Amino acid sequence: MSVLQYLAQQTINALSLGSIYALVAIGLAMVFGILRLINFAHGDLMMVACYVAFFLVGTGMSFMPLIVITIFAAAFLGMLTERVAYRPVRGSPDVIMLLTSLAVSIFIENVFVMVISPVPRSFRSVTPKFFDFVHQWGGISVSNINLITVGVTAALFILLLLFITRTRVGVSMRAVSEDSLGAKLVGINLNRVIMAAFAVGSALAGVAGILWAARLGKIDPLMGFIPLLKAFVAAVIGGFGSLAGAVLGAYVLGFAEIFLIGFLPPSLSSYRDAFVFLLLILVLLVRPNGILGSTEREKV
Amino acid sequence: MPARTERSLVSRLLPPLVALAVLFLAVFLVNRVASPYILRVVTLLGISIMLVLALNLSNGFTGVFSLGHVGFMAIGAYVSAILTLSVEAKAVNLPDLPAWIAGTQLGFLPAILIAAVIAAIVALLIGIPLMRLSGHYVGVATLGFLVIVHIVLVNWTQFTRGARTFSGVSSLTTIWWVYGCLAVTIYVVWRIVRSPYGRSMIAVRENEIAAQAIGVNVLGSRLMAFVTSAFLTAVAGALWAHIVTSFSPASFYFAQTFNIIIMLVVGGMGSVSGSIIGTVLITVISELLRNAELGLHIGGITIPPLYGLSQIVLAVGFVLVVIFRRKGLMGDREIDLRRFFERKTHEGGAGDPDRPGQPKD
Repeated sequence: MSVLQYLAQQTINALSLGSIYALVAIGLAMVFGILRLINFAHGDLMMVACYVAFFLVGTGMSFMPLIVITIFAAAFLGMLTERVAYRPVRGSPDVIMLLTSLAVSIFIENVFVMVISPVPRSFRSVTPKFFDFVHQWGGISVSNINLITVGVTAALFILLLLFITRTRVGVSMRAVSEDSLGAKLVGINLNRVIMAAFAVGSALAGVAGILWAARLGKIDPLMGFIPLLKAFVAAVIGGFGSLAGAVLGAYVLGFAEIFLIGFLPPSLSSYRDAFVFLLLILVLLVRPNGILGSTEREKV
Repeated sequence: MPARTERSLVSRLLPPLVALAVLFLAVFLVNRVASPYILRVVTLLGISIMLVLALNLSNGFTGVFSLGHVGFMAIGAYVSAILTLSVEAKAVNLPDLPAWIAGTQLGFLPAILIAAVIAAIVALLIGIPLMRLSGHYVGVATLGFLVIVHIVLVNWTQFTRGARTFSGVSSLTTIWWVYGCLAVTIYVVWRIVRSPYGRSMIAVRENEIAAQAIGVNVLGSRLMAFVTSAFLTAVAGALWAHIVTSFSPASFYFAQTFNIIIMLVVGGMGSVSGSIIGTVLITVISELLRNAELGLHIGGITIPPLYGLSQIVLAVGFVLVVIFRRKGLMGDREIDLRRFFERKTHEGGAGDPDRPGQPKD
């Protein structure tokens, strides 16, 4: 394999990985931008979506309607967590909200452990066969799942862009994230905007969950944790609260991770997640507000 | 603040001494009469209280919100366990250790102290840059630290046996060790909180900018709290390792982090007595639930095992506490032993106990 082929191969892998991180990170960033809440339960929505899909397949439903129902289920659960747990603690110190979301996450995960089982299930029954097909293009192998991941993500970016620039709710959302008091003053219904942010973010997490599980081929109640942490790092690198930043950070992370695997000596490659978090700490130190984040001055 | 009446040496020393005597008696009794199960629960409870108090020093009193303290617990556990392991056991369990460490075996106390000092040095190294961050950014960064510790534990097979269970640790921790260390921890935390250092920590928590304006060394106070807290956490981790005797990197991850944080928040961040109360309460609840998790037989009805039940109940309880009593059971008030004594001697004579940092709301 020539250097060029190698680079092309790794670029495709990195784009695909980065796309999933981006889908998760957007939801995190949306909620953070509006509420300053770091939502630990966001990764669990991915997991719930996968289980919904897994059980719907058992009913003999075909793939497309199944995905739609799955995404709605994730959006609904996201809104439910907002209504039940986050709304009552809205306005509390940052740390309290963060801990609340940690508790919500522990709750969701353990309900699945208790009711279903901590044992992983195969996800092969859900994804159609053609997902796993691998093309050989000029010495580069590209699987359909990578193509689908990148394509779906690109389509969702466009939809999201239209949503936040062209719809009333989307514009209000940006207004609230810029200045929530000002937005309230001009008559924006905060509750509705927050609900919408949770719905959209959670739906994206649902899609990301399906794509993630399709890559791994199995699901378990704790599967959302690693992608959540990665999306987290991505959102911080890009500038927490900024949607464009979250996407940028996700691809930076995707590339960093794939190329770390490639360039690290084999004895260190199992440490790559440690390097990812070292990167997080470094970014926090050098540029706490991320690449695209605006500097926030503390007011006295 | 109303002028405090001068207290004689006796009346100042009496309450802590009586408390110490009561603790001593209680430990003696538990050690003598309690069943092995109760003895174990009470011993582990002491360790949990140490962990929560240590966390409180940084998260509660100083407002450096760390989600990575379990990483220091892990350092305490692994370092001390490697040091106390006998030379023969090392040859079997950790055959690839470098010679200088494979051939040494230390006593329990030096092992604990070395482990704690190493944790404190690590805390100092990561603390110097991290203490400049504020609010939940510290939480995120320390979470990153925890993940890094976990990955290192899993991969550094030469020292840690990797993801496999680290076993064969001698069961050196007795209830006396635990409650001895706990008494020292309570004393240290109490003294720090009441010292000028502690006051500056609280000032930093309440209003960083105002604290800076009156000349408090913000970074210094935060770092001091973080490092002390890491030291105490590692001591607790070392004690823990020598009572459970086998553990793996998974023992020091998010489940444990969440448990300690629940105890802290339920008790009240910023209160020493709150930490103790919160830990006792949560320990009792989780022990009861743990038995339910394994399945119950009540009057002919068999409840199947419900794995995860205790975590579910704790999570719901935690959210309820946060919603309805955000400052936890104690907030940042303290149970004042002196007041308790003085009420006995001259009714209602006690003035306002000096509280460490009244809430500003």
